[in-house]
Amino acid sequence: MNHLKLIIKREYLTKIKNKSFIMMTFLSPIIMIGLFTFIGYLTQLNKNKERTISILDESGLVSNVFKNTEHTTYNLLSNISLEDAKKQVKTNENYGLLHIAKNTDTTQIKNTISFYSEDSPSLSVISNLESKLEKTYRNLKLQKKGVDIAMIKASETSIDIIQESFEGKKSSKVDNVIKLVFGGAAGYLLFMFIIIYGNMIMRSVIEEKTSRIIEVIISSVKPIQLMLGKILGTSFAGITQFVIWVILAGVLVSISSMIFNIDPTAMQTQQQELIAQTITQDGLQGKVQGIMQGIYNLPLLNLIIAFLMFFIGGYFLYSSLYAAIGAAVDNETDTQQFMMPILMPLMLGIYVGFFTVIEDPHGTVSTVFSFIPFTSPVVMLMRIPFGVPIWQQLVSLVLLYGTFMLTVWFAAKIYRVGILMYGKKPSYKELLKWLKY
Amino acid sequence: MNNLLVAEGVSKQFGTYKALNNVSIAVPEGSIFGLLGPNGAGKTTLIRIINQITMPDTGNVFLGNQALQPAHIKDIGYLPEERGLYKSMKVGEQALYLAQLKGLSKHDAKKRLKYWFEKFEIGDWWGKKIQELSKGMAQKVQFIVTVLHQPKLLIFDEPFSGFDPINANLIKDEILQLRDEGATVIFSTHRMESVEELCDHIALIHQSNKILDGKLIDIKRQYKSNTFEVGLVTDNENDLINTINSKFKTSTADFKSLNNDLKLNIKLQDGESSNSLLSFLMEKAEVNHFNELIPTANEIFIKTVQNN
Repeated sequence: MNHLKLIIKREYLTKIKNKSFIMMTFLSPIIMIGLFTFIGYLTQLNKNKERTISILDESGLVSNVFKNTEHTTYNLLSNISLEDAKKQVKTNENYGLLHIAKNTDTTQIKNTISFYSEDSPSLSVISNLESKLEKTYRNLKLQKKGVDIAMIKASETSIDIIQESFEGKKSSKVDNVIKLVFGGAAGYLLFMFIIIYGNMIMRSVIEEKTSRIIEVIISSVKPIQLMLGKILGTSFAGITQFVIWVILAGVLVSISSMIFNIDPTAMQTQQQELIAQTITQDGLQGKVQGIMQGIYNLPLLNLIIAFLMFFIGGYFLYSSLYAAIGAAVDNETDTQQFMMPILMPLMLGIYVGFFTVIEDPHGTVSTVFSFIPFTSPVVMLMRIPFGVPIWQQLVSLVLLYGTFMLTVWFAAKIYRVGILMYGKKPSYKELLKWLKY
Repeated sequence: MNNLLVAEGVSKQFGTYKALNNVSIAVPEGSIFGLLGPNGAGKTTLIRIINQITMPDTGNVFLGNQALQPAHIKDIGYLPEERGLYKSMKVGEQALYLAQLKGLSKHDAKKRLKYWFEKFEIGDWWGKKIQELSKGMAQKVQFIVTVLHQPKLLIFDEPFSGFDPINANLIKDEILQLRDEGATVIFSTHRMESVEELCDHIALIHQSNKILDGKLIDIKRQYKSNTFEVGLVTDNENDLINTINSKFKTSTADFKSLNNDLKLNIKLQDGESSNSLLSFLMEKAEVNHFNELIPTANEIFIKTVQNN
């Protein structure tokens, strides 16, 4: 065991002292945040541009709908022909001209509304205009039929069914979404971690072969200690880097938002803005409350512990697969073809999680996949928010860590066989003999 | 003399290929034991078995009368033929790491490393990375790491490869000194002149079988052909040759001499003594060179391998 500690220490220190590792650790968050800040800055620049839109409403139905906002000024034109209006807008360098043809019949508005501009207008501007017009015409139509608009507003209802189990556990649709988001986030985090650091472990296992130190090392330590030490040491280095990234990113985001005065939550795409526009202020507040309630409803302690255990277990398991590949090949170029098969089960886990667990968290498929070691880190984590008996979690964990040890053992065998056996596959009898070491 | 290492009937098979066939060796304590053989004979396999890198299919290995076990790792220092060090690691850190893997405490390892680094005059390499060193320099570090934990048994596989003559000599002297201090050395090489210089005992492995072993001097006695190299000064060379040929089997010899000698190898029959040859020659001519031909390790190696 003393050897294991030494190996872990060496692997860890060599990794984190490596120049490119240090550079990646400190440069990537700076580059990433710098990029986001730049994009955010540009977006803001775009949004802050003041534009004037001229409106020629020959129908006289919608002129009072457009109210000036911070960035948009509406300029109402009247008693002017369309051709003159176009010329005027062009000379004034307005953003564009909205033309509503002379037509008082609200049922026949097809092809009566047009927008003229120098360059093609942005999607958000057009959508904004369209939604405003749609609302106005709808109200006009309703009024014409003698419907009271205020009554319609008053009758709008939002329903959130309270779900309660027979034991008295309450949950709601919002809760389910939160649970899904949690599981999904955990799954993607694991996925990312494995992609980033799996290769590092593989390279570390190949290292002894390329530096030809393998025989010296293997005459001092057991291969399984070497494998385990490499996986753990490299993992710790990976975790260190990740933690530094998170901290650094947090610091940088707050600094950059202070300097450039960018609200990080405002960095959304325009599509998202459109969706956000449709949510009324009132409904949003209610939703926030629901989300908070949903988070409180989660079995938090169980989740945190389970997250750590399953995340680490899953990470180790996949790392050991990478180690096994490293043990089987002599150089890095031979490893590419093995990448995909390794990530397949993990992706399967994520798909099962999203499509099956949300439908039926305790159904056969979900339950089975939450026990299979290669998918359990994701699927079980997604199931736990819906309430999974502790014994199931424990069995799944035992399977996960057991498989991890088995894979490490397997990798160690391949490693030893790789150097000494001259390409010959070992017999079971030989494998049993090696177990004695 | 006690045997430090004994291998009894060791066999090892890789698939259909038999790497070792019932090989037994006994390495006396305090000796330098030459493990010889052509390429692919099975030397490295035997060495790996002794190092517990792989296990024998049949047979037993004992170190100091105990069956070989994991605890013995710290009693063995192994310099494999295929060797290297972590390239991006600093010399000092690396040496400390490898020493600790062999069971030394960090404190002891540091102290001993300091001693060796001073001895080899490489103290200023401590903070350098291996990739900054030349091959020979890295080999020096590797040698130090091999012997640092003062193992009872040292195994060197081609220890001189990669060294210039000066450094090869330095390493050779170190090996001899380690032997004098009580270590037992197994020495595998193709360079017969170093066998001649260093080894007390040898074992010759050929095609997975041991075909010869014992004390080097005994083997030489066994292989000597009772042939003497003589240099004679005479007025009448042809008469002399005819006279000698009538009594002995001869062939022409080649050695350095200041005179214009008649140079011959003369083979004696069993039972004939060198004195009788000498007195026979003294009657006929002036003898200014008389030397028994001792077979070199190289000759023994080639002869034995070819006869098998």
